[in-house]
Amino acid sequence: MNILYDPQLDGELPFNDKQQVLATLSQSLPDMTLLHREEDLRPFECDGLAAYRVLPMLVAMPHTLDQVETLLKTCHSLGVPIVTRGAGTGLSGGALPLEQGVLLVMSRFKQILHIDPDARIARVQPGVRNLAISEAAAPYGLYYAPDPSSQIACSIGGNVAENAGGVHCLKYGLTVHNVLKVDVITIEGERMTLGAESLDAPGFDLLALFTGSEGMLGVITEITVKLLPKPETAKVLMASFDDVEKAGKAVGDIIAAGIIPGGLEMMDKLAIKAAEDFVQAGYPVEAEAILLCELDGVEADVDDDCATVRRVLEAAGATDIAQARDDAERAKFWAGRKNAFPAVGRMSPDYYCMDGTIPRRELPRVLKGIAALSEESGLRVANVFHAGDGNMHPLILFDANQPGELELAEDVGGKILELCVEAGGSITGEHGVGREKINQMCAQFQPDELTAFHAVKAAFDRHRLLNPGKNIPTLQRCAEFGAMHVHNGELPHPELPRF
Amino acid sequence: MEQHEQDQHPTHAERGTQAAAGQDRADMLCERVRQALAERTPLHIVGGSSKTFYGRTIEGEAISTRDHRGIRHYDPVELVVSVRAGTPLAELEAALDAEGQMLGCEPPHFGEGATVGGMLATGLSGPRRPWAGSVRDFVLGSRVITGEGKELRFGGEVMKNVAGYDLSRLMAGAQGTLGLATEVSFKVLPKPGAQASLRLDMSLDDALARFAEWGRQPLPITAAAWHDGALYLRLEGGPSSVAATRERLGGDAPEDSFWTDLREHRLAFFDTEDTRSLWRLSLPNHTPRLELDGETFYDWAGAQRWLRSEASAEAIREAAARVGGHATCYRACNQADIEPFTPLSPVLAKYHRQLKHQLDPQGIFNPGRLYAEL
Ligand SMILES: Cc1cc2nc3c(=O)[nH]c(=O)nc-3n(C[C@H](O)[C@H](O)[C@H](O)COP(=O)(O)OP(=O)(O)OC[C@H]3O[C@@H](n4cnc5c(N)ncnc54)[C@H](O)[C@@H]3O)c2cc1C
Repeated sequence: MNILYDPQLDGELPFNDKQQVLATLSQSLPDMTLLHREEDLRPFECDGLAAYRVLPMLVAMPHTLDQVETLLKTCHSLGVPIVTRGAGTGLSGGALPLEQGVLLVMSRFKQILHIDPDARIARVQPGVRNLAISEAAAPYGLYYAPDPSSQIACSIGGNVAENAGGVHCLKYGLTVHNVLKVDVITIEGERMTLGAESLDAPGFDLLALFTGSEGMLGVITEITVKLLPKPETAKVLMASFDDVEKAGKAVGDIIAAGIIPGGLEMMDKLAIKAAEDFVQAGYPVEAEAILLCELDGVEADVDDDCATVRRVLEAAGATDIAQARDDAERAKFWAGRKNAFPAVGRMSPDYYCMDGTIPRRELPRVLKGIAALSEESGLRVANVFHAGDGNMHPLILFDANQPGELELAEDVGGKILELCVEAGGSITGEHGVGREKINQMCAQFQPDELTAFHAVKAAFDRHRLLNPGKNIPTLQRCAEFGAMHVHNGELPHPELPRF
Repeated sequence: MEQHEQDQHPTHAERGTQAAAGQDRADMLCERVRQALAERTPLHIVGGSSKTFYGRTIEGEAISTRDHRGIRHYDPVELVVSVRAGTPLAELEAALDAEGQMLGCEPPHFGEGATVGGMLATGLSGPRRPWAGSVRDFVLGSRVITGEGKELRFGGEVMKNVAGYDLSRLMAGAQGTLGLATEVSFKVLPKPGAQASLRLDMSLDDALARFAEWGRQPLPITAAAWHDGALYLRLEGGPSSVAATRERLGGDAPEDSFWTDLREHRLAFFDTEDTRSLWRLSLPNHTPRLELDGETFYDWAGAQRWLRSEASAEAIREAAARVGGHATCYRACNQADIEPFTPLSPVLAKYHRQLKHQLDPQGIFNPGRLYAEL
């Protein structure tokens, strides 16, 4: 993957002289922090996908909305691209800077503006950390449901931009289901509100369109989220299996029994071992796979559901079923899962986290495919899986200091995603396309569909100044990359130049 | 046992001739759209005509989705169904019901002919909406014919998918103005194990206070309404919690059909002989009583209010906007110049126009159905 923006494949960008942009912005925004020296820019060269690094031209750190507005207007009139960054925990290079662009850092917008316990909403600034919302709502017995594993660090603005998920999504939904309203500033510096405090708003559902749009359509400046009452109780069952396929099948059996668990996660042997070594969660290291099934709700129902799930798991061939005895043990079971990424990180100098989704029935086939790719490449792969909603996180272990290993890992990763697409799934369930999966988009979508995406982009950002080179590949890129679907031997859009 | 589980929950997938016929009909719709594009004829998309009243009246050549019907794929274990736009809603619901599942948003039919396409285009949801989600919340993917006359696929049949912009959810409530949806994939839910409804005599102010209080507690509520001195609740969930909550709250039982009648506007309040306009007010949770002339029916624990009133559109819209909500003129908008939907702010209107222009450059899909300029 070519990390750097490539005008031939990603489209022409206007050229701007750094000193001139710096001078203009310093003049129009004297009170805003504007970083320009290499040593100051360095900390912003990558997001959570650390293998991709680019030094931005400038870093802007506004602390008022007027500054954001002026910055956008100025950059728009100069033709300077903008990359927005929240907390920088993204795993697809969505906040990867541009050499020719300003990195707009929203992390200073950290205020929880209002919590209304009776209306069950919280109004917050985009730089507020995900977990901070639930912490602020806790005194009222409320919480914000989407809980990405990165929740202590990631920002709610970044969550909206990525439509982040968490281990409780199957039952409580993704970010898109839990946000009521966002305020946005467009690239032209106009302010608009999408959605409302009521459950719907007039006009097109632009709130849904902006959720998951990866900073391509506007800058999110304020968010109103729904808060939910904390479930009365939550219980976790951990089932061990001597065979990954049996575990995968058990997931479908639980849902077939009419139960939607609060969380339903699966880990394979390598991930179990890594997590156990790291946090001593009490996982059975000899098992081929474990399932963690959390049931939450009203006490009496949860007890009934636990009994049902236990029966289903036994019938599905679980070799052992343990129920967390108390909240401390429940937290321990989850700690292993929530720390799975760093745990795997300790086993290998580097790892590459994939994020494909599949219909659950395809799990055995896709897991076999992944095992084959692992064997063929010689790279170990640990599997962590939001099993309930078919979102896989294969972690490819590699050593970037070994020549060629990063490329090999990327190659294996790309093939895993293509397996997911073939199985009827998607190249990304929650981490986003960003820069990382820009080529795989060509495998998932037809040129006409990509053209429709570009049309949407053009409606909000005609000059492609917001996060160019991310999320949606140009048709040139797809033609070059070669994965473009060819129908009946005809190349789509033959009028396009092919580099 | 494993085999048995499988057998109980078969996958319904169309094969061979059925699937091919479906594709033929989609191709025919594309052909019709391309013809309209060539002739610059505006199209009026028609499903079951059950919700024609909802929105602006438009001119255009009718293009019917009704022959493009059938469930293309349904896998209960995956909680996903993919269904063609012309499929009667009743047919879809019956198929889900047979597997113990349902559409979580409880969409109104408003007539026997209601189709899945109309449900998507209007985006209307029923009493369960505040607890389970709206039509758009359950949309996973779609196939849409857009301004180039080709059928495109967005989203998919998986629970999570953030590749590309979410054009499928954008179609919900767009009233067909961004393209003709030919197929939708929905997430479906298992039906609750137990259900009970109750009716309590209560003043409006007490009811609104109760709604707020209950909202902060983990109670198995899935519908809450108030009208004319009575509060109505539906409880759904596990048998144990439903029975316990029913016991604790007391009250008597409303008619079995109460929630369906509310959803379908068959209660006396919605009498079509009434000449006053019927307004739908969508308001933030915990909004107090609004001082407006007329009679109000409270649904969605007060977040959706039906208002029978002769007050001016400006007065009603102003009152709703002041508390952060909006008002739609739903039925009997007799004053001829009432716009059904709340006008947009100038910036929002600009981006609506630009989006419409990008996806439907010739303006042939239901032009004017949502707003005159779209
Ligand atoms: C250890 C680890 C575990 C993770 N687990 C999960 C998980 O369980 N589920 C999950 O979904 N993700 C997970 N992630 C990924 C990541 O945390 C999420 O994508 C998160 O939503 C990113 O938020 P951020 O504030 O860090 O955004 P950034 O990384 O800064 O930005 C992400 C994208 O959002 C855009 N953006 C950010 N802020 C704004 C704004 N205000 N306006 C417009 N655009 C904006 C950026 O341009 C970029 O495209 C994990 C990451 C790590 C490192």
